[in-house]
Amino acid sequence: MKKLIKSTLLVAASLWAVATLAAGPTVPLDKAKIDLHDKASLQRGAQLFMNYCLGCHSMQYQRYNRTFRDLEIPEELGMENLQFTGEKVGDLITNAMASTDASNWFGTPAPDLTLVARVRGADWIYTYLRSFYADDSRPFGVNNAVFPNVGMPHVLEELQGIPRQTYERRLVDGQMTDVYVGIKTDGSGMLTSEEYDRAVNDLTNFLVYTGEPMMLEQRRIGWYVFGFLAVFLVFSVLLKREFFKDVK
Amino acid sequence: MNKLIAWFDERIPMTKTWNIHLAQYPAPKNFNFWYIFGVLATLVLVNQILTGIWLTMNYVPTGEGAFASVEFIMRDIEYGWLLRYMHSTGASAFFIVVYLHMFRGMMYGSYQKPRELLWIFGMLIFLVLMAEAFMGYLLPWGQMSYWGAQVIISLFGAIPIIGDDLTLWIRGDYVISGATLNRFFALHVIALPLVLVILVFLHIIALHEVGSNNPEGISIKKPKGSVPESEKPKFKFHERFTKKYDIVDAFPFFPYYIVKDLVGIAVFLFFFCYVIFFAPAMGGMFLEPPNFEAANPLKTPEHIAPVWYFTPFYAILRAVPDKLMGVILMFGAIVALFVLPWLDRGTVRSVRYRSGFHKVNLTIFAISFIALGYLGLKPATEVYTFFARVFTFLYFAFFVLLFFYSKNEKCKPVPERITK
Repeated sequence: MKKLIKSTLLVAASLWAVATLAAGPTVPLDKAKIDLHDKASLQRGAQLFMNYCLGCHSMQYQRYNRTFRDLEIPEELGMENLQFTGEKVGDLITNAMASTDASNWFGTPAPDLTLVARVRGADWIYTYLRSFYADDSRPFGVNNAVFPNVGMPHVLEELQGIPRQTYERRLVDGQMTDVYVGIKTDGSGMLTSEEYDRAVNDLTNFLVYTGEPMMLEQRRIGWYVFGFLAVFLVFSVLLKREFFKDVK
Repeated sequence: MNKLIAWFDERIPMTKTWNIHLAQYPAPKNFNFWYIFGVLATLVLVNQILTGIWLTMNYVPTGEGAFASVEFIMRDIEYGWLLRYMHSTGASAFFIVVYLHMFRGMMYGSYQKPRELLWIFGMLIFLVLMAEAFMGYLLPWGQMSYWGAQVIISLFGAIPIIGDDLTLWIRGDYVISGATLNRFFALHVIALPLVLVILVFLHIIALHEVGSNNPEGISIKKPKGSVPESEKPKFKFHERFTKKYDIVDAFPFFPYYIVKDLVGIAVFLFFFCYVIFFAPAMGGMFLEPPNFEAANPLKTPEHIAPVWYFTPFYAILRAVPDKLMGVILMFGAIVALFVLPWLDRGTVRSVRYRSGFHKVNLTIFAISFIALGYLGLKPATEVYTFFARVFTFLYFAFFVLLFFYSKNEKCKPVPERITK
């Protein structure tokens, strides 16, 4: 029987290996540094979201007061600095843009972002927001390497500057060739490249939080549950031994 | 207290039922690891029913409100996320334990005479469970809910003549819509759970009528009077079991297997709670990422894959170029399991005493099932489709080969008694 299980696992493992090799290439994603304990990062992320994203994208399943509480922002301070739409503190974070307008302006309604981190993953968001590049063929003058021909303009341009796909002349195999070295900003933005990456990371961190605002509490309770189960396991083993003395 | 019990016993068979099914039910003494999954399936069923009741209190079964109400439960209801994750993890856990429970039955021949009806009830439970899970998966009204249901319902369209009308009848609309959601909700929260509980009841009644099988695949019931007093277990079994037979190598289900099962339950809960608290989406296997986007009839996801527990059958479906043949083969994969008691013409139950050929055949079957499950998750590329065909062939080959070799199979001698 053990052999049976072993060989089953072995075949499953080798099948997995074959499948991984067969999978096609995708745009490599940069790793976002997600830390839900970093309240300062989450607060900066919330600020970026309210200032730059909420104009078009709603966060319709998340409430202001919940966000303030979880991010340790005093309610009055939050309402003064992070709430621009005249809603009440217990309201959901929505905006006034009609989806029909958005369809006319951008070709598609701007998706709600509450759960975007659960749909796309943190690394995708982090890379996507750093992958806009100037492209005159597009209506808004920008394209995106992660999401080709995306309808969204480069909203964070005033922070990043104008990003361009950059090539360098290098000697490859004895010939001078243009080699793609990634997207580089022209430096006209308010932030340096490092500061921009950090800002996008903060925003990503915030979106990961809104995707699962219960995550920290969930993990905290999880450890207590494990503690309980460990005690339960010990006692159940002892109980079983006690009873099985009769049987032996 | 005794008076109270007597009062009840005069009016309802309370103590008698307790004794027949628990305290004086003879369970073979050699149950191993594989015998925990029946209890675990019951545990998960209770979990699903209880968490389901509380989820229903805040869920809104309409096309407009469903997705938002799930997020309302996740965010605004106290511990709503816990209820929801217990329920969603429970769905996958149910299939894990049921698949292992079924494989246990196949290994030790628990479907063979006289347990054919027990097996049939089990298969009906499996079938209803699949319908229950499928309808439940539509309720969050995410993209995968919507498009997964679209794909599966359209399968019925492959049936000649009545196909189109049938899909229309199932959906209640020309596309999947709020009408479909409403009826799936009704079926998911009342009709199917009711059927499921009744079938589980029948499954247990049938089990206790014929008695439990065991890893040796031999009976613990010996002809009356054939066993000397010194070799009989020192426990009291209900006269329903001892009237016609002498029971050997057994002990009462309660308290012995109950306390043993508690250990198994504790270990199971470690895994179960790990998923609930630390990986509720299980890397996209238990909750698929596209399902966190509300259903959109105008936007088809790039890659539609059913949840993992349907993928073995989905892979069989896709392995066949013709849609109708694919559907037939997919249902055939389940029908083959239904008729297993009659396909297996052998008399030796346990794999321990069956031929090497049977061992290999069963191993290949298990591998094929897992491999098909994996392939069903992947897009149907040429390589994957090729593998899916190979494993589909091997899956069915198990049943065909079994039918032929089992009649005159060379088995090892089966022991008289459970010695371990």
